[in-house]
Amino acid sequence: MAPAPETLSFNVNMIGPVLIAFGSDEQKRHFLPRIASLDYWFCQGFSEPGAGSDLAALRTQAVREGDHYVINGQKLWTSTAHHADWMFCLVRTDSSGKKQQGITYLLIDMKTPGLTVRPIITIDGHHETNEVFFDNVRVPVANRIGEENKGWDYAKYLLGNERSGIARVGVSKMRVRHAKDLAKRVPCGDGVLWDDPRFRERVAAVEVELKALEMTQMRVIAESSAQESHVPDPKTSILKIKGSELQQLSAELLLEVAGPDALPLDLDFLRGLGDPVRDPEWGLTIAPNHYFARHVSIVGGSNEIQKNILAKSVLGL
Amino acid sequence: MDFDFTDEQRMLKDSVERLVKDEYGFEQRAKYLAEPDGFSRAQWARYADMGLLGLSFDEEYGGSNCGPVETMIVMEALGRGLAVEPYLATVVLGGGFVRLGGNEAQRAAILPQIAQGELQMAFAHSEAQSRYDLADVATTARRQGDGWVLDGAKRVVLHGGSADLLVVSARVSGGRRDRDGIGLFVIRGDAAGVTRRSYPTQDRLRAADIELSGVRVPDSDVLGVAGAALPLIETVVAHAVAAVSAEAVGAMAAAHEETVEYLKVRKQFGVPIGSFQALQHRAVDMLVMVEQARSMALFATMMSEEPDAAERDRSMSAAKVQIGRSGRFVGQQGVQLHGGIGMTEECKIGHYLRRLSVIDIQFGSTEHHLTQLANAGGLIDAAA
Repeated sequence: MAPAPETLSFNVNMIGPVLIAFGSDEQKRHFLPRIASLDYWFCQGFSEPGAGSDLAALRTQAVREGDHYVINGQKLWTSTAHHADWMFCLVRTDSSGKKQQGITYLLIDMKTPGLTVRPIITIDGHHETNEVFFDNVRVPVANRIGEENKGWDYAKYLLGNERSGIARVGVSKMRVRHAKDLAKRVPCGDGVLWDDPRFRERVAAVEVELKALEMTQMRVIAESSAQESHVPDPKTSILKIKGSELQQLSAELLLEVAGPDALPLDLDFLRGLGDPVRDPEWGLTIAPNHYFARHVSIVGGSNEIQKNILAKSVLGL
Repeated sequence: MDFDFTDEQRMLKDSVERLVKDEYGFEQRAKYLAEPDGFSRAQWARYADMGLLGLSFDEEYGGSNCGPVETMIVMEALGRGLAVEPYLATVVLGGGFVRLGGNEAQRAAILPQIAQGELQMAFAHSEAQSRYDLADVATTARRQGDGWVLDGAKRVVLHGGSADLLVVSARVSGGRRDRDGIGLFVIRGDAAGVTRRSYPTQDRLRAADIELSGVRVPDSDVLGVAGAALPLIETVVAHAVAAVSAEAVGAMAAAHEETVEYLKVRKQFGVPIGSFQALQHRAVDMLVMVEQARSMALFATMMSEEPDAAERDRSMSAAKVQIGRSGRFVGQQGVQLHGGIGMTEECKIGHYLRRLSVIDIQFGSTEHHLTQLANAGGLIDAAA
């Protein structure tokens, strides 16, 4: 069974729900159909060099000039910015009070003059993420979500959705399925790797955790659709923690299956620029996927930050 | 137990660590990788000048007659710098085979050239079906006249593309996985019938897939007794396991230091992130893993010359398990504690993660060695 293409999380899980909850009627009318049809590809302008885990410390500045905000500053880890048509972006409109209180949520057209995208190559050899620089970028006030200086509330709502979307149970399942398929073909001793009971035990252990996570995800979704509140359920942090760990574990399971066949590096093939340097072709993607999977416990609020949220909001510590 | 180095060993350690510090900066290493063979010929010549290439050879072959402790010292330092030169392939593997299995003529012909930096070697053994089983050899050696003819295919031969000489395993008799019937043959990398396809590996070192088609080898280039080579292979691979264990410890220690330094300088919420107890504890967990790995690299070094092969191989498996687990934790948590920057090609921490993950696969993964050790009865009272 081949996996279906994934929906674009930035559109479907992030900006879409924010627009539905907080957007003006006109914004909904304009953006929602285009977000759904992928005529608009959105990217996320949240993190900055000095604002990672401490996101509210962001400093990209927006100064009001008539009907526009003029933006100056820098965003970091802007995945797919080089493909995107639009960015949903957090900017600072007030530095006088608590840092969470001076943040505004804007939608920015990536073609606006003064906006520059620079690539960042990650340890899997891919170009997925970017730095984005703003040099007097003018954004219409009409592209603001909700009220000025209330952007943090909308961002928190989005991050709750991101956390549940980031569990990616389907990705982990696909990897486990792939690992099992390969293990039934990969030679080992006089048979195949799947003959090894220790290997099958390791697979089973991952499958148990994955099923538990899937059920937990169902519970969180059922609870959140039962209540009308826009307050994110802190339990989504559980999904983020366990979901990222299982994505990483299932990627490591594949690495174990491939063994020596995972060693060759073929960057051109990975980037779609040439034929594979050697057989088996599937071996060439496994180690890079494992390396790239290390990012899932960092993005969307690192797992350490998720544990802080759970300790504070759920346990009252 | 006496864990102190001798004065000579301390001097060796100082000089190799200085070499790595001076010559293996992040940008310097990138330059070496961009050279035609993926490593620096100039650094290789420097290794020769420093006497590193003949360290374990007898003095009559231009060496200094040192033991596994000196190899450990060198490999750990090279691991710190993520050195890309074929030290393991040429000195530990190739040189090891000739030193331990070669006759007088072979030793005299090959070892001095290695020591002088004029000859590089590789060990062409693993095959598409063999996974981590050292006895699994499908490549054949047929008797013809007063020599042999080799046919088969070897895969992911470390530095196999640039090596002047290859030590090739091939089956002279028996079934594919029989312990008896394996021979070792020394051939030129550019010999007639040899096709090499070279590529980088995940850690950016080089390897090659090598096809052998009717490659003729005279009897004089057979190492030891054709058909009885497996014990020699196991002995040399034991030395290689000890060597990569030491290299991994160097990489882990450096990765840990870089991470601790980052925790001190990276600020969030107005303070260095190293002030958060959760991250302090993680850094300490890494330290524990580095030290456990260091102990097992030392254990592997001590046991690599153990005459009882079963005892030796149990020890090597134990070391490889600890190295694999520690390397995984230290590499992964090093990236995690760096956050996003740790995921980038510009940051050294990810390069350590990649090298450590490759070392886990070389000479058998953690899971493979755990099975081997379990099947051998474990470490405590294993013989009982």
